[in-house]
Amino acid sequence: MKKTLFDKVWDAHVVSSVTDGPDVLFIDRHMVHEVTSPVAFLGLKNRGIKVLYPERTFATADHNTPTMNQHLPVADALSAKQLEALEHNAAEHNISYWGLGHEKNGIVHVVGPEYGITLPGATIVCGDSHTSTHGAFGAIAFGIGTSEVEMVLSTQCIMQPKPKSMRIHIEGMPGKGVTPKDVALYIISKLSTSGATGYFVEYTGEVFEKMSMEGRMTVCNLSIEMGARGGMIAPDQTTFEYVKGREFAPKGCDWESAMNYWSTLHTDEGASYDKEIILNGPEIEPMITYGTNPGMGTGISGSIPTAAQTEGSKESYKKSLDYMGFSENEPLLGKKVDYVFLGSCTNGRIEDFRAFTSIVKGRKKADHITAWLVPGSHKVRQAIIDEGLYDILTASGFELREPGCSACLAMNEDKIPAGKVAVSTSNRNFEGRQGPGARTMLASPTVAAATAVTGVVTDPRTFTD
Amino acid sequence: MAYDKFTRLTSSVVPLPIENVDTDQIIPARFLKATERKGFGDNLFRDWRYHQDGSPKADFVLNNSTYSGKILVGGKNFGSGSSREHAAWAIYDYGFRCVVSSFFADIFQNNCLNIGVLPVQVSEDFLQAIFSAVEKDPSASVTVDLDSQTVTLDATAQQERFEISSYKKQNLQNGFDDIDYLLNIESAIKDFAQSRPF
Repeated sequence: MKKTLFDKVWDAHVVSSVTDGPDVLFIDRHMVHEVTSPVAFLGLKNRGIKVLYPERTFATADHNTPTMNQHLPVADALSAKQLEALEHNAAEHNISYWGLGHEKNGIVHVVGPEYGITLPGATIVCGDSHTSTHGAFGAIAFGIGTSEVEMVLSTQCIMQPKPKSMRIHIEGMPGKGVTPKDVALYIISKLSTSGATGYFVEYTGEVFEKMSMEGRMTVCNLSIEMGARGGMIAPDQTTFEYVKGREFAPKGCDWESAMNYWSTLHTDEGASYDKEIILNGPEIEPMITYGTNPGMGTGISGSIPTAAQTEGSKESYKKSLDYMGFSENEPLLGKKVDYVFLGSCTNGRIEDFRAFTSIVKGRKKADHITAWLVPGSHKVRQAIIDEGLYDILTASGFELREPGCSACLAMNEDKIPAGKVAVSTSNRNFEGRQGPGARTMLASPTVAAATAVTGVVTDPRTFTD
Repeated sequence: MAYDKFTRLTSSVVPLPIENVDTDQIIPARFLKATERKGFGDNLFRDWRYHQDGSPKADFVLNNSTYSGKILVGGKNFGSGSSREHAAWAIYDYGFRCVVSSFFADIFQNNCLNIGVLPVQVSEDFLQAIFSAVEKDPSASVTVDLDSQTVTLDATAQQERFEISSYKKQNLQNGFDDIDYLLNIESAIKDFAQSRPF
């Protein structure tokens, strides 16, 4: 029988199926962080059971951590308590723990791939919706709730109905200056925030084949923003070269046999998907969002659509623009911006810092812009320094922070003040996401960089042409 | 954690006719710092419900004593965004046992089912009929019957059937959760684990 990539990986992990119910899906690798795990560990304690396979779970602290002065005690008492709980739970259950200050510490979806925890053909879950990131390697990776974290800790399985499959194919290459973030925001703007709910997506087309692993991670990361449980890209030479030699990746004979299996991980010719979407690559330009969900995005040279031009409730649309302080038909270029945030599991990797630096090099940050540059991990931070990007950024008036989720969800002190407009490379522009009353415009690292220099929404292509 | 059984519920409803209500609205990230599952209801819809100084926003439905009940009725695509189960916990802790919408985000729907809150997906027409009925009479009640998988607008007897897998239905009716099931098949899981290459 002809199978899709998704079918192959899913079917290989089904322990059993419940009649008119979910599949029991075996989970190869499980990542935990401080926010969605404490209640799950408490559940284990209440049931009097231990973690079944501690070597399959990896813990890092990221959501709640400060991005300045990480060597000092965490000032926020509740955050400190949550971090202590994770450290304690990891020690009690014999789980690898990369806490604050650990050289391997960083955002869960950045460090997983960096250390070879993320592998093609694996099932990977974490109590975080952006677990879809790991699909870039041809893994089935998705976010779960805390009850499911408890399931994985206690039994290494979760119970899931098999999602439907969707292929998103991009025909033709986008033009110069279009980044993976733009490709993803474009897809979401076409499908809406619920257009892929109930589906697991496979991305196909030349643009994805030519993308780096970092770019593929950005695309798969944002799959959840159109409602999909996850998104994946068939592993290829780019994938294998990235994985090879990483600490937790298979070695020697194991590598050979893994490669034999991984090379079968592609959709068979003639296999069918439940839904197929075909989009036109050359149509994509650098993107930016203007509303309060990631589907409310447009090409940067465009204007804010009118309520009449959009689908869905007109009241909800107007509420959204009111929150942003924007009006219908306003152009996006030239809009005044107060904050720029570079970072997150979407765009906090080395390639994102290279892209940002390439734009700001030899230029200065606009005086009125507050810029927060937050690497996704210590490894990324070290690479920024080693590659000389740090010196360029400093010369341009930017500071580099320490790793963490930071202003993406503003759980720590990195909050955009009420009413301020931020161009952010993160993943959500929901009301209050970056702080109560904060107004977020999502964009790529290059749009963020060009905007940081001019102080207004700017097309980075005007800097590079 | 086992949870309350769900069989049948008749209640007035709290209407929230807004589309794409995301989990950051249901419970903002800054209130996720607890290490135990309690008190989340206090911060349900925090930024829609309270001004920044902590005073209630008079025009928000949870601050309007005209509306109350154990059923929350939300606009299309309810619960999108983050996987935080805290959103479902906040809804439960506030006192809701059922959420009705014309479309739910995946993870949120799963999270609700895993803690014993029943997500009921109805047609857009039925959803609008509930909103209209409640606008006319805030005490209008809705009955959700899990056994027959029906939801009824009691004033007009308008009824729809909703979908739920028979597995999840039995779990809710008996207050079982997935871990109870999985622990029962642990030896099969251990055998399977042996076959995994990494």
